[in-house]
Amino acid sequence: MLSKEKHELLRVKAKDIRREIVTMVHRANSGHVGGSLGAADIISALYYHVMRHDPKNPEWEDRDRFILSKGHCTPVIYAALADCGYFPKEDLLEFRRPGSHLQGHPYQPKTPGIDASTGTLGIGISTGVGMALGAKLKKQDHYYYILCGDGEIQEGQVWEAAAFANKYKLDNVIGFVDRNYLQTDGYSEKVMPMDPLAPKWESFGWKVFEIDGHSFEEIIDTIEKAKKEKQPVMIIANTTKGKGVSFMEGEAEWHGKPPGKEDFEKAMLELE
Amino acid sequence: MTKYVDQGKNDTRSGYGAGMTELGRTNPKVVALCADLVGSLKIQPFIDEHPERFFQVGIAEANMMGIAAGLTIGGKIPFASTFANFATGRVYDQIRQSIAYSGKNVKICASHAGITLGEDGATHQILEDIGLMKMLPGMTVINPCDYNQTKAATIAIAEHQGPVYLRFGRPKVANFTPVDQKFEIGKALLLNEGTDVTIIATGHLVWEALIAAENLESEGISAEVVNIHTIKPLDDAAVLKSVKKTGCVVTAEEHNYLGGLGESIARVLATRHPAPQEFVATQDTFGESGTPSQLMEKYGLNNKAIYEAVHRVLKRK
Repeated sequence: MLSKEKHELLRVKAKDIRREIVTMVHRANSGHVGGSLGAADIISALYYHVMRHDPKNPEWEDRDRFILSKGHCTPVIYAALADCGYFPKEDLLEFRRPGSHLQGHPYQPKTPGIDASTGTLGIGISTGVGMALGAKLKKQDHYYYILCGDGEIQEGQVWEAAAFANKYKLDNVIGFVDRNYLQTDGYSEKVMPMDPLAPKWESFGWKVFEIDGHSFEEIIDTIEKAKKEKQPVMIIANTTKGKGVSFMEGEAEWHGKPPGKEDFEKAMLELE
Repeated sequence: MTKYVDQGKNDTRSGYGAGMTELGRTNPKVVALCADLVGSLKIQPFIDEHPERFFQVGIAEANMMGIAAGLTIGGKIPFASTFANFATGRVYDQIRQSIAYSGKNVKICASHAGITLGEDGATHQILEDIGLMKMLPGMTVINPCDYNQTKAATIAIAEHQGPVYLRFGRPKVANFTPVDQKFEIGKALLLNEGTDVTIIATGHLVWEALIAAENLESEGISAEVVNIHTIKPLDDAAVLKSVKKTGCVVTAEEHNYLGGLGESIARVLATRHPAPQEFVATQDTFGESGTPSQLMEKYGLNNKAIYEAVHRVLKRK
């Protein structure tokens, strides 16, 4: 059970992350605001409660890892990493600018706390699963949290990785599908139907949970359950793209559109 | 001219397999991955001795490249192997994003490269892979010439930190380099000294270059033969030294003339020492079905083609 205080902390952190997302994308006049806002609660739960990590020591071999397989949603992870102290918050001012380590999509060699370079969709899960296998070979007991987009899972490589993780019984893999049903071209079930989704992952040998991806209790309780499984776990997290900013919620157009001055100010008022 | 003797025909992929067997015994960090082509890649002995260090990914090359990138996290040195076509063109993005961009210490080991894959035809042959791989920042590109050199290269790349593309082939070809020759990445090998023309060859074409040089010698033409096994980083100094002496060059490779070794040599010469050059390579075409020797003949990739190219380039000197 989450204590009241912890719940409040996660809520505040998620809100801070959302403010930072909107600010970064507005300032850069480019970036992916909708999917980042939708994943903020999962990221808050992971970085401020679930994960074993030490921002002062990103090289710690046995820390938990997070792979942003939906690599375009860098604002959500950069905001959390900066707030945790992996790098100075001032770095966020340079998001998507020449010379910055905060590239449009994650660049593992340069950004402390980024565990895999991702960007083209479908590749992060393979790398994460490979890292999880590497940890098994070293008999390490940390976890790999992999966040996939629900559009991303249309990529065939995702299912290659799914089969592989089952073959090697990688119970240190806990994945999320950020199920917001929206992608660049619109409603994802129209673009490419993937429902029923849970049986797909189950038939690939994964244990599947379906949750409300904005409920800290459900996220955290489910991860606790996932850790007891002896197989890879996929958590289908039902989310709202653009969550927290009313006029962005459920609107595909906010997938990759930066908010202008007026929308930025409106959004920040809502995120007070 | 320096005499080279074929110690017995063998395939370069068996050189890879033998190198892997040795690495299995000497370097515990080395792990192997394969996409359903263990027999073709000759790595069964490695698997028999170290089953826990082998990962069969199935027919899923894209995932193999990602898994290999991930496996480097604990200091493992993954050797990911399949046919050259599936190891490059099919998975270019995965190599680019997951391996090269982050400088991952993955060895991409590609058999059945070039047209000598033979009867399966153009879908399985690849004549573009050197170009694809050499264009990736930080990627080392190696194309050894025979069994011994492929074995030595396999062992050598394990000691190199960073991504490597190792390209070898299917057919049994002459095995003529010394069994104990040390493999130095990026270091060209001068096989025969000459004064009239430089022949720079890689892979299966090196043996053909030596035969051509012999035939030229009987006509009184002195050909220098350089084996470039490492196309990137290129041994610029060796190229310049030789061409400054001879004044012209023929490049020979089992690859498209666009994007291959020849273009790399042309870059060095154009910027540092312009000289006439002829390309023995495929002429911007796909391959087709046939035996390796039939195809080498038809696509102008043998000693005869090199010999003719030398005569062409000498006229332009």
